[in-house]
Amino acid sequence: MKKINSSLIKNKRSSFGRTGGGIAIIDYGAGNVQSVKYALERLGKNSVLTNDAELIKKADKVIFPGVGEASSAMKALRDKGLDKLIPKLKQPVLGICLGLQLMCKYSEENNTTGLGIFNVSVKQFTDQLKVPQIGWNQIENLKGKLFKGISDKEFMYLVHSYYVPKNKFTVATTNYGFDYTSAMQKDNFYGVQFHPEKSSSAGEKLLDNFLKI
Amino acid sequence: MLTKRIIPCLDIKNGRTVKGINFVSLRDAGDPVELAEIYSREGADELVFLDITATEERRKTLLDLVSKVAKAINIPFTVGGGISTIEDVDKLLRAGADKVSINSSAVKNPQLINDLSSKFGSQCIVVAIDAKKIDNKWKVHLVGGKIPTEIDLFKWAKEVAQRGAGEILFTSMNNDGTKKGFANKALAKMSSIVNVPIIASGGAGSIHHFIDVFRDGRSDAALAASVFHFKEIEINKLKQELNNNNIPVRI
Repeated sequence: MKKINSSLIKNKRSSFGRTGGGIAIIDYGAGNVQSVKYALERLGKNSVLTNDAELIKKADKVIFPGVGEASSAMKALRDKGLDKLIPKLKQPVLGICLGLQLMCKYSEENNTTGLGIFNVSVKQFTDQLKVPQIGWNQIENLKGKLFKGISDKEFMYLVHSYYVPKNKFTVATTNYGFDYTSAMQKDNFYGVQFHPEKSSSAGEKLLDNFLKI
Repeated sequence: MLTKRIIPCLDIKNGRTVKGINFVSLRDAGDPVELAEIYSREGADELVFLDITATEERRKTLLDLVSKVAKAINIPFTVGGGISTIEDVDKLLRAGADKVSINSSAVKNPQLINDLSSKFGSQCIVVAIDAKKIDNKWKVHLVGGKIPTEIDLFKWAKEVAQRGAGEILFTSMNNDGTKKGFANKALAKMSSIVNVPIIASGGAGSIHHFIDVFRDGRSDAALAASVFHFKEIEINKLKQELNNNNIPVRI
């Protein structure tokens, strides 16, 4: 057992050294981005919080987090020229929460035009339910590498008032009165509605999976 | 299905936990970070840190603590106590807090709720309300429940939700410290008139009280302090019992 562990650590270190470009977390002033950095640290990975286009372009992995309001977040992205950059990225990109919603073409939240990576619209939860949805809910119908080793109906932490309906890019669903998209994928673009950085060990597993893509 | 949340609350003074905490396994009984890690491992769904420091240096000490907690735990946490400006909130969120809770400052300046929710998003703005039932009417109280106001609890709850609060943390002062159960009637009434999640606080003494607060009180989350700190109720066991009673929880 000890031998396996030490070789695992070695592997981690060597892949770390090889990466060069590292992990970039896009920092555009939206919400608690520090948590994502801390979660990666708990996985033994360094990352940079940045809005620098060159650093983002060169990174091996890009994480696009965000909590807050869609139109002001889009404005912050435009001010920094990131609205043009993000859709062109070729490396794996993970949008989290508002990050996922901004990757869509449109959001009902203050009639916001998004990045259009996913040709779908973000809708508001109706008043029949408590809004925002806050707390731990289950993810189901899991597909793809992001969910390797994560069991169906695993709990993740969610905080949101807007949601992405089920669509052809959906790779996980969650039920809040009805089934909606809790994860999506298209080519190198991944998005999760939940907060893996706040979703205990299951969330850390998902982040680890993303880093291994 | 969205699950009901169990939230231990830690009172903080000068960066340390205040009330005597009865954890044999704790190396340093006053260390909030270590306690947070233990609760997180035992299955707490979130944590609340309530800062009651009154000194000038409080902000810096609190920010240091928030950043240490954010590094150590992988569940969400809320910070409250003496928050009254956009700048206070910005610093706490940047240090790694997921949500902030405002109380007296919102009563004194209700516009603060609008300002904070439009700047940071409703999802991270918790409005805490302390209230007491006097002559059959629930009245909002200020400064940790010390100062009564003429404000009606339910009117205020409705107003804070309309102004953009993402959650309401309602503490019943009639129940707080009694260990005789939560204020389930008032909680259920609040749930019927506002559309944001409600965190119940005040009165937890037994596992049955938690079953009641979710079933009869219709709460979305339940907060408690001493029953967890003194290990009178273990979170693992509490959640198992809730599950046995068909109340959805994360296990």
